[in-house]
Amino acid sequence: MATEILMPALSPTMEEGTLAKWLVKEGDTVSSGDILAEIETDKATMEFEAVDEGIVGKLLIAEGTEGVKVNTPIAVLVEEGEDASSIETSSGGDTAPAPAAEEAPAAPVEAAPASAPATPKAKAVEPDWPEGTEMKTQTVREALRDAMAEEMRNDPNVFVMGEEVAEYQGAYKVTQGLLDEFGSKRVIDTPITEHGFAGIGVGAAFGGLKPIVEFMTFNFAMQAIDQIINSAAKTLYMSGGQMGAPMVFRGPNGAAARVGAQHSQDYAAWYAMVPGLKVAMPYSAADAKGLLKSAIRDPNPVIFLENEILYGRSFEVPVMDDFTVPFGKAKIWREGTDVTIVSFGIGMTYALEAADKLAEDGISAEVIDLRTLRPIDYGTVIESVKKTNRCVTVEEGWPVGSIGNHLSAYIMQNAFDWLDAPVINCTGKDVPMPYAANLEKHALITTAEVIDAVRQVTYR
Amino acid sequence: MAARKPSAKPNVSPEELKQYYHDMLLIRRFEEKAGQLYGMGLIGGFCHLYIGQEAVVVGLEAAASEGDKRITSYRDHGHMLACGMDPNGVMAELTGREGGYSKGKGGSMHMFSREKHFYGGHGIVGAQVPLGAGLAFADAYLGNDRVTFAYFGDGAANQGQVYETFNMASIWKLPVIFVIENNQYAMGTAQKRSTSTEEIYTRGAPYGIPGELVDGMDVLAVKEAGEKAVAHCRAGKGPYILEVKTYRYRGHSMSDPAKYRTREEVQKMRDERDPIQSVRDLLLQGKHATEDDLKAIDKNIKDIVNASAEFSKESPEPALEELWTDIYADEVPQGDAVEA
Repeated sequence: MATEILMPALSPTMEEGTLAKWLVKEGDTVSSGDILAEIETDKATMEFEAVDEGIVGKLLIAEGTEGVKVNTPIAVLVEEGEDASSIETSSGGDTAPAPAAEEAPAAPVEAAPASAPATPKAKAVEPDWPEGTEMKTQTVREALRDAMAEEMRNDPNVFVMGEEVAEYQGAYKVTQGLLDEFGSKRVIDTPITEHGFAGIGVGAAFGGLKPIVEFMTFNFAMQAIDQIINSAAKTLYMSGGQMGAPMVFRGPNGAAARVGAQHSQDYAAWYAMVPGLKVAMPYSAADAKGLLKSAIRDPNPVIFLENEILYGRSFEVPVMDDFTVPFGKAKIWREGTDVTIVSFGIGMTYALEAADKLAEDGISAEVIDLRTLRPIDYGTVIESVKKTNRCVTVEEGWPVGSIGNHLSAYIMQNAFDWLDAPVINCTGKDVPMPYAANLEKHALITTAEVIDAVRQVTYR
Repeated sequence: MAARKPSAKPNVSPEELKQYYHDMLLIRRFEEKAGQLYGMGLIGGFCHLYIGQEAVVVGLEAAASEGDKRITSYRDHGHMLACGMDPNGVMAELTGREGGYSKGKGGSMHMFSREKHFYGGHGIVGAQVPLGAGLAFADAYLGNDRVTFAYFGDGAANQGQVYETFNMASIWKLPVIFVIENNQYAMGTAQKRSTSTEEIYTRGAPYGIPGELVDGMDVLAVKEAGEKAVAHCRAGKGPYILEVKTYRYRGHSMSDPAKYRTREEVQKMRDERDPIQSVRDLLLQGKHATEDDLKAIDKNIKDIVNASAEFSKESPEPALEELWTDIYADEVPQGDAVEA
């Protein structure tokens, strides 16, 4: 009986990949453990092994095909004597049928992940780049790498340290290529000792360098939080201004996909509480680049909260010699009149999707991306609320002591008379992140919840 | 430890010996004064005195060169005086005044001097160890030959981050001297009750870091060990550990009744091993100084310390605006100071 071999998911967030190379050909006999193909994910090139025994009846996807969705049949194994040509392949999972090998595009295709929303057109009141600037499509991951590379070229005292940042090219490939360009003096693999290397990073900043400390994820930064708060954030104050820690702590933050409670936490509100730290949490690739460049130049310790799911998403990024985004300046992604939706980071995905759907029903939402959480651009929020008279906040973190809570209080104190409804905070649920797919989905904020909240505050 | 016996080291001039006597005595008298001011309510919060341990910092400072860095824990007054920081600025920080090194915003445990390469003054046990290695990392990165002294106690020697740091300092060959000031009590817990070994310096061996035990009541022994460690680091051979066995005469902090040891134990140490008395004996017996010479030094120190106490009382409290400065190195609106 024929067995379909499906495109495997090789990382928690992988949605598609490139079939880089077949290591078997039709007619070959394979047994369990034989390497069938090399598959390139957004993070790495992986070898893909056979699980079943059989004869390679048919290769369904040609070498070099990009954007092959997970669960797409890529080959068929047959038993001795079976005829491969008679096999009808099913379509893979919930994705579109994969192109047959002979139909595979000759040239690589740039494809955004299926679940990513169409790149929304930004309508910043004050645009971050001059009109007419040439743009290019880039993933958040590439934008972050470019930001580091540019700043490392500019300042010899900027260096990157962290787990797997150098020879492995980054656990999430964010530092890819940096070792080649800057060498092992400036791109430094550390042992898995967050507390220790965060402290060494802070000490190096005291000593005159500009470290970029990468945490493989911010979940692991809890091991280092004493050095981040007590040493990095407070020393300038405690020394009466004599010395501080000009440095960046960066890495993915928040839920990835199906990695459970210890690896799925949003620290936005934690760090945003701390005077002495600056906190950035970009959504788009342009903001990731512009804010990270600003963060590296900043004379203070900066917490830079990235997101694993956003890493692979593509956005338009301006082609400029030196593009930066200032801290403390929100971006209005979509202008509207009926309600203000305030979000940041991956929360913007839900905010923008909700705004699209609400528009279909004639509800006009203004969507604000805070971009930085310390400092926060209160002015843009208040101005918008005075126009729309209603506000919904959206974030992935827990509800108690959330950024939304803080904004609600701020709006109440500063724009009470303009409010026509209580502010609603859409947040992650007040539970540790469950593993089961259905529970995880339920624990996270959803677009439907945002829409529901908007309907409540607009009474529609 | 053996009974008091002035060590005779030929490689120290009488002038140097007198300087060590002066520096150690300054720390002791300063600390006694700080204790007094604490009792009068002029110094608040935690105040950890260095009395008894003076030979450690004075000996190691004698081995240091201009530009070398030092970082330590919250028992830091001695380190600051030994590296040449102004007693007025230190005492005024203790009283929380504008004239303090941190403008009154740091206090006893958090003081710094860029000028003297003193990087604090850290209140979290063990935190200064990776920070010190980071300072050494910066020097190695910048390609100079500076060395960092990272001081910590026998209590901190049980912190996990210390060993994370040993590992990285070793693989990266950082020019850092880990100085374990073993005063034998982690707050109130005797070493044998808290620490798996009597010889803490041997804990560097698994990381490939050489270490040695040093008599911390003998300033000349400390200096000699310090010189060896400095030479090792400056030669690019990586970190070095000095476990300097010392003793604190006072409690862990001002509020510590020190019931965990006997009065006799403390008295015995003072009588037989006092580091200042040892040098005094050495100076007199070697006829390097007369009683009158030493009296003059004592008098000079008393004047310095009294002046610092006066300064620390007269210096005004910081202006209220200081609450809002030095949080960021640039202009950043504070959360509760923003008007929409």
